[in-house]
Amino acid sequence: MTRLEKWMSTLLVLMLIWLCLVQDLLNLGYSKKFHDVILSLPVYLLVTAGSYLLGTLGFRLANFNDCEEAAQELFMQIQEAQADLSSKGLIL
Amino acid sequence: MASHSDIPNRAGSQRRRAKEAEAEAAGAEKYSVLLPTYNERENLPLIVWLLVKSFEESGNNCEIIVIDDGSPDGTQEVAKQLEKIYGSDKILLRPRAKKLGLGTAYIHGIQHATGNFIIIMDADLSHHPKFIPEFIRKQKEGNFDIVCGTRYRGNGGVYGWDLKRKIISRGANLFTQILLRPGVSDLTGSFRLYRKEVLQKLMEKCVSKGYVFQMEMIVRARQLNFTIGEVPISFVDRVYGESKLGGNEIVSFLKGLLTLFATT
Repeated sequence: MTRLEKWMSTLLVLMLIWLCLVQDLLNLGYSKKFHDVILSLPVYLLVTAGSYLLGTLGFRLANFNDCEEAAQELFMQIQEAQADLSSKGLIL
Repeated sequence: MASHSDIPNRAGSQRRRAKEAEAEAAGAEKYSVLLPTYNERENLPLIVWLLVKSFEESGNNCEIIVIDDGSPDGTQEVAKQLEKIYGSDKILLRPRAKKLGLGTAYIHGIQHATGNFIIIMDADLSHHPKFIPEFIRKQKEGNFDIVCGTRYRGNGGVYGWDLKRKIISRGANLFTQILLRPGVSDLTGSFRLYRKEVLQKLMEKCVSKGYVFQMEMIVRARQLNFTIGEVPISFVDRVYGESKLGGNEIVSFLKGLLTLFATT
């Protein structure tokens, strides 16, 4: 099964469960208040997932290292390399 | 000038074979570094110098295979000088007539590689050879088939990226992690160590280009149950030359990602 198929089947199952609840196919006979909550469940889910993703992105962005020292080290080594290579006869 | 320059080719390759036999007898590994180049005249000597230094310090056996795609800037002329300085057993020049792309450059390089491990990296100095000993250590530690450099974990990171570039990179990575769940933190990086036969097998399976190619390699590797280790690396964006990330790259990345999502 491809990843797309896995996603689609999971979504389909979730949607069916949700429709069952909305239509009250199991005849649980719950209150109007509870029914409203079920109706807006997908919206809650989307908002939660969205916030989680945004939060994760922000956290990872804040913890994305800036490698200043690595760049400094490289610049030093480039100069060392250029000197050594020209002493070995490299003509650029 | 180094004495290597006047040793004829045949003697050089004989010597290389003798050395290989020696290494094999000692149970030592050999690492072939593939350097695909296109207009890297300034960077090539520097990256080769850093590679030689790193391998000398760590005592690992290596060869550097330069695959130049007919650069008009004289990269090959510089490569020939390097071959003379370091010897034709260390620097192997395997140029191609014209620009044919990264994937085929790897295939071309593998054909000429005598090592049992292949290291792929960019020749533009964004990947520092000082990490190679860590790749090797990691590979031995877990007997991994592949070791990936990662900018997104531990002490890994980048230099020379503005906020926009970082957001795109992190965003694309997060999106990819959700869709593909590859179990590897840096899918688009191209600083990696492969067991030679593993890379060969993956090259047969992978069809995409650019960033997506690196991603597909990992996805296919997972399908084939190869084991993957990770080493944090610092990525110093191009010192010389232009680094590019345009709208076109992003669109083709998304297309490639969705293709992998729908087909694997």
